[in-house]
Amino acid sequence: MDRLLTGIVVVVGVPLATVLYVAIIEWIVARFSFRVREKIRPILWFGPAVLLLTFYLIYPTINTIYLSLFNADSSEYVGFDNYIFAFTNNRMLEAFRNNLLWLVFFTAATVVFGLIIATLADRVRYETAVKSLIFLPMVISSVAAGVIWKLMYEFEPKGQPQTGTVNAFLTTILPDFTPQAWLVNTNTNNPALIVIGIWMWTGFSMVILSAALKGIPEELLEAARVDGANEFQIFRSITLPMIQSTIAVVVTTMIINVLKIFDIVYVMTNGNLGTEVIANRMYKEMFNFRHFGRASAIAVILLTAVIPVMLYNIRRFREQEELR
Amino acid sequence: MSNGLSRLFKKIPLHAIVIAIVLVWITPSLGLFVSSFRPADRIASTGWWTVITSPSELTLDLYRQALAGEGMAQSFMNSLFISIPATVIPIMIAAFAAYAFAWMSFPGRNILFTIIVGLLVVPLQMTFIPILRIYNQTGLTGSFLGIWLAHAAYGLPFSIYLLRNFFGSLPRDLFESAFLDGASSFDIFFRLVMPLSVPSLASLVIFQFMWVWNDLLVALIYLGGTPSVAPMTVTISNLVNSLGGNWQVLTAAAFISMILPLLVFFTLQRYFVKGILAGSVKG
Repeated sequence: MDRLLTGIVVVVGVPLATVLYVAIIEWIVARFSFRVREKIRPILWFGPAVLLLTFYLIYPTINTIYLSLFNADSSEYVGFDNYIFAFTNNRMLEAFRNNLLWLVFFTAATVVFGLIIATLADRVRYETAVKSLIFLPMVISSVAAGVIWKLMYEFEPKGQPQTGTVNAFLTTILPDFTPQAWLVNTNTNNPALIVIGIWMWTGFSMVILSAALKGIPEELLEAARVDGANEFQIFRSITLPMIQSTIAVVVTTMIINVLKIFDIVYVMTNGNLGTEVIANRMYKEMFNFRHFGRASAIAVILLTAVIPVMLYNIRRFREQEELR
Repeated sequence: MSNGLSRLFKKIPLHAIVIAIVLVWITPSLGLFVSSFRPADRIASTGWWTVITSPSELTLDLYRQALAGEGMAQSFMNSLFISIPATVIPIMIAAFAAYAFAWMSFPGRNILFTIIVGLLVVPLQMTFIPILRIYNQTGLTGSFLGIWLAHAAYGLPFSIYLLRNFFGSLPRDLFESAFLDGASSFDIFFRLVMPLSVPSLASLVIFQFMWVWNDLLVALIYLGGTPSVAPMTVTISNLVNSLGGNWQVLTAAAFISMILPLLVFFTLQRYFVKGILAGSVKG
């Protein structure tokens, strides 16, 4: 009964309420004179959005910065102690190191693979099918991806039949290969997690880069071919410079993703065995250790890391506006 | 040899590489898909590719187990109950705001919009502690309403950004003539702006829906592990770490959680790609 009620609210009530809101505010503004109406109407239209943004994003951001200067239960001012902790604690340093690994390898691989696949797929007739299949991992949750890759990385001792796809494949093509416990071995577990990320996100960069590639005028490429340039020269001297700004967009998106990487690590290893990342560390400080000061400080560090991207976005937006 | 044939031969390496990449990319998903139809003891003892030699072992057992136990059917419904309003609310509210930003003039319009562009990349981690405290005081922790509003707010900057750019590109004459015909703002918005924006709205709906459906972190934070409201992602991730002996049932569970996104993706792919291209800046 309770579920049924929730269902009705969900499917009918919520959409109806939003339409009703406009009907009500328009009924209200119609009571006023033209001059007043034009003043209050915009406020009522953007009001709900601004309220939600203020309550859920702006106020908490300011509050978190403030809380980062206090102790575990926010009862005592501790200055920069939480930040000193964040930059000296071993697990935190491990998390920084791993986020850096992610930053370099995940970003580079998703962009390079995305570009390679987009370029190659452009030359075959079944391009759409190729792109759909590469993009597919993007639409599933990291949790489902975690289950998928547990099957991939499954490990049985040497000599046993391997049930994990990766070990089975490697032992088949290389008879001397010793099966690895990819997620346990501290040399392989970080790369193993990063591979999952690459598998999920390459489709994203491929889609964006593919659209940019298609935006290059065909005549330009044709002219270069007529002049005797080979495909690699064309790629280097025409294609790459022309999609530069798109690559920048993809790279910044990936950097933002990487800084906040959480789900994959949480599901696969929960940051154990040397795989800790910043966002998972913050989650642990918050829920396992109930240290809100430290958790806040870690969040602020994440925010600081994205500020350059934020300013870059704002500048790009301003430039676009001037062109309008 | 004819010209066409020699060109075909030249292209063989290209086809080989493309097909090899695709095979590598789909193998993991294929492994899960095949495994989910195998008996649990066979998953534990042999690789999924052995079904080629023993196709008779395929069974729906794991699906039966997944749906019967561990609250999987309920979390599927919870995922829906969370995702639908958490998609409708932000997109409608964003559309109202985007309409104001695009077609109404008011002081501070540019500054306000610049702030929204800035909010696009704020890490959600910045918001968890203060909001969770308020939620704990007001009893919103572990409630659908709490997570709807949180997801709605988190989805707003991107939705407003995308819709405002789209609304802004609609021709001005349209609004002027409708206004001269005496149409109210309500009519202009619901009869003109919204229908004309169906492609952008569709891609936004798909995006937000997938984002919420696949979300783990926000649900972990605000639902506080209450099983009666947990979505599929939370239930499955709990099982990953606790099931131990009977982990094979996860293959079926994971696939069940993927069905809806896959369905949406394959039927509405066009809008999906459009959405990605329109705004690749979401935080």
